Amino acid sequence: MTDTALHPSAFQAHGHDHAHHHDADHKPAFFARWFMSTNHKDIGTLYLIFAICAGIIGGAVSGLMRAELAHPGIQYLQGWASMLHGGEASFDESLHLWNVLITAHGLIMVFFMVMPAMIGGFGNWFVPIMIGAPDMAFPRMNNISFWLLIPAFTLLLASPFFGGAGNGWTLYAPLSTYGEPGPSTDMAILSLHLAGASSILGAINFITTIFNMRAPGMTLHKMPLFVWSVLVTAFLLLLALPVLAAAITMLLTDRNFGTTFFDPAGGGDPILYQHLFWFFGHPEVYIMILPGFGIVSQIIATFSRKPVFGYLGMAYAMVAIGVVGFVVWAHHMFTTGLSVNTKMYFTAATMVIAVPTGIKIFSWIATMWGGSMRFPTPMVWAIGFIFMFTVGGVTGVVLANGGIDDYMQDTYYVVAHFHYVLSLGAVFSLFAGFYYWFPKMSGKMYSEFLGQLHFWVFFVGVNVMFFPMHFLGLQGMPRRYPDYPDAYEHWNTVASVGYMIMAAGMAIFFVNLVWSLIAGKKAGDNPWGEGATTLEWTLSSPPPFHQFETLPVIDGGRDH
Amino acid sequence: MPKQAGGVVLADNNGVTTGMRRHGFKSIAMAAGLALAGLSSVAGHAAAPAPVGAVASPAPQAAAEPGGVSNIAPTTAGATPAAAPASPLLAQDGAPAVRIDPLVGHPQDGVFGLQTQVTKNGEFAHWMHNVVLFPVITIISLFVLALLVWVVMRYRASANAIPSKTSHNTLIEVLWTLLPVVILVLIAVPSIGLLQAQFKPAPVGAVTLKAIGNQWYWTYQYPDHGGFEITANMLKERNEVAAGERARTDADGPRLLATDNRIVLPVGVPIRLITTSNDVIHSWAVPAFWIKLDAVPGRLNETSFTIEKPGLYFGQCSELCGARHAYMPIAVQAVPAPQFAAWVAAKGGTMPAAGQASNKVIPQPGADSNPTEPATDYKAPPAGPNPATATTPATPQGATQNPAGAGNAGQ
Repeated sequence: MTDTALHPSAFQAHGHDHAHHHDADHKPAFFARWFMSTNHKDIGTLYLIFAICAGIIGGAVSGLMRAELAHPGIQYLQGWASMLHGGEASFDESLHLWNVLITAHGLIMVFFMVMPAMIGGFGNWFVPIMIGAPDMAFPRMNNISFWLLIPAFTLLLASPFFGGAGNGWTLYAPLSTYGEPGPSTDMAILSLHLAGASSILGAINFITTIFNMRAPGMTLHKMPLFVWSVLVTAFLLLLALPVLAAAITMLLTDRNFGTTFFDPAGGGDPILYQHLFWFFGHPEVYIMILPGFGIVSQIIATFSRKPVFGYLGMAYAMVAIGVVGFVVWAHHMFTTGLSVNTKMYFTAATMVIAVPTGIKIFSWIATMWGGSMRFPTPMVWAIGFIFMFTVGGVTGVVLANGGIDDYMQDTYYVVAHFHYVLSLGAVFSLFAGFYYWFPKMSGKMYSEFLGQLHFWVFFVGVNVMFFPMHFLGLQGMPRRYPDYPDAYEHWNTVASVGYMIMAAGMAIFFVNLVWSLIAGKKAGDNPWGEGATTLEWTLSSPPPFHQFETLPVIDGGRDH
Repeated sequence: MPKQAGGVVLADNNGVTTGMRRHGFKSIAMAAGLALAGLSSVAGHAAAPAPVGAVASPAPQAAAEPGGVSNIAPTTAGATPAAAPASPLLAQDGAPAVRIDPLVGHPQDGVFGLQTQVTKNGEFAHWMHNVVLFPVITIISLFVLALLVWVVMRYRASANAIPSKTSHNTLIEVLWTLLPVVILVLIAVPSIGLLQAQFKPAPVGAVTLKAIGNQWYWTYQYPDHGGFEITANMLKERNEVAAGERARTDADGPRLLATDNRIVLPVGVPIRLITTSNDVIHSWAVPAFWIKLDAVPGRLNETSFTIEKPGLYFGQCSELCGARHAYMPIAVQAVPAPQFAAWVAAKGGTMPAAGQASNKVIPQPGADSNPTEPATDYKAPPAGPNPATATTPATPQGATQNPAGAGNAGQ
């Protein structure tokens, strides 16, 4: 049985329907279309454009960081800080700029690149289509979800000009309360409030859409795995983000209104903030990767010309990851003075997550097993994802051990670990999804040559950049350092070279993007052949402005 | 302190296994508050709490401060000021002179593994990483890579034109669920053992070192040794200091790791490390000891370790603490016990009597108490929200509530 088990006749009837209703493609004028949009595809496009812009900024910030870290000593920070302050910057101002950079890089990449691209971009574009719905359940709320990101991002980008928030993306108290005067940290907090509200509204929208707007016959157990992944992600967002909102609201009142939630002098506790933050923060990392799991599942099945192996196991593995993800948060806090029993529990619970994750890895390989595989660009990204995510995952098993973290905590080993699961995991799945759906979204084919070149250059670059960070961490190099003892120079220089290779790969991506939009070949309805069984491939490329005015009927026998 | 005090503590805390017990949180936080009140100004929202005495007794580096924020720590009474060593046997800060081992105690360039460990728990964890975890994760990664290469070769379209329709196989799905479970259980066994070993409290006779984080330097107290205090600032490079001021030399240690005052600890004697902070969260970390413990304002965190080899060991602050996060290193010199005693004496401290946990009682209101043994030097705090704490005498005990004698000296 195929993933969605569709009856071919349903599509013929549907395609016929559209051919005679050209008014379905009637688009509003430019301003109304893009600034007052209620169309899930247009809003998805806006999200993707936003995420690409944010990714350029966040990637440029990491370029500044790798330039400074290429050699020991402070090379450029003083110059950059002087430019920012419009006068000679002091040594401490220069060092503070470093903390501003790491904070900005983390917040931008998490809240303004990965999340908008995964959920806002691909989720908006393809969840309604994959379940056979005409649009999202709350189209206007969908619009405000996107537009809340604009003031949120503006606040964050403006904050460096008011001193800069140098707390790290975790905003740990008390550094973020009485350790950092000035409005910048307040701006960063409000930015997170807005981005969080945006995500909560989006999550409500997705949950409602998926539960109520599936086409006739599209049972939960026939939904494509990408829809499952967004459903689980939406629940994680809904449950985790209010906790973040509460925590940073307490930061805000501690900073401005004299409360002492996190100040021991008033009976508060800095560790309370960490518990609250990581109760959000750990589900957050699954929020960033689960939609990627969904994307990769679609792509592997399509290009193996096989249904996903172990569909139910795949779907419920994601549910399990989501559930267990809520009860492992304190493994981010192993050195804060937890009791031995607490450390044992969080060690064991964290290891449990490796089981559903392993199910996913092996099921992807089993999907390919026996298939008839082709390797266009999306497929090489997806296969690269599986291996790179495995490497990032196994170092997670190392870090899960509370006793090991007395060495590894806050070293570059941790940096290497989470960049392997995010920069090589989540980002690989984003590129896979982008190349996979680019013909559908734009109606144009990308350049296969440039796509493959992009993959290989990027693959080499990120591995040269992040793999040596394991070695730095094993030798004990702490995170968030603008300057390091000379003994860390070798691998840092290698990592900075890796950044340059990666940046070259990104340049290829943008050349490909522009070239394809201008001169790309016209894409057919289904450029990927018979392996592509989900509903988006039954529509034209790009799809009509309003699809499924007559709902498709999913007919395919029993559930999985 | 009468010698039986230790015995009382032991009986009192019988059945308690760890330092940071659940019912002890409140008492520890309150004790920390008391302790901090005597040290510096954690109370209040001073943006950059200036250490007490910074103005009164500026350290020699004062003129070299490039920035506006003071990084000057107080030179503690009793601590030898940074001056030319009186004897060739002494380092510049008065610690015994020692050659830096080129391979131990600090990072190596361009290498692939963990730092050499000089504590039992460190060697255990080192073994666990190198013999258990690293091989397992390498094998799993290579296994996945091999499977990927195999399916890509074997099932490419040109080699396998007709895809199979198999989408279920209960046996293999159960297998690849259970097999990881077995592997994880096998990893968990030594992992839990490691945690147990790391949480063994320090025994009677342990040397207590209290590390207090400040923006951006560490102060250290030896509460069992007369309570003298050491302040450790990072040593700057020759071109960063004014003429005549002390700059780092290779004898002090590597750049960014050397401090003006090293803390000296005895070899082979259990060390009880207590961390706290005067401002934001810092983290006291020495990779060669496999020790990393956050210094949290309002809390006392505790761990213990025993250094097995004399030498110089370096570490760095490991929790983001503001602009000079990278510039507050940790330098520990481990020496034989007699040298340690001499160093303590030189610093104006005293060695505690044998078998005595501490000659200084840190009152811990709300802690388990023994009404039959009122503390001699404990003054009841003013009646607070919990009047019970004001009337109940605290148990005379060491610097922490650990069951004295419960630890193992050889860990």
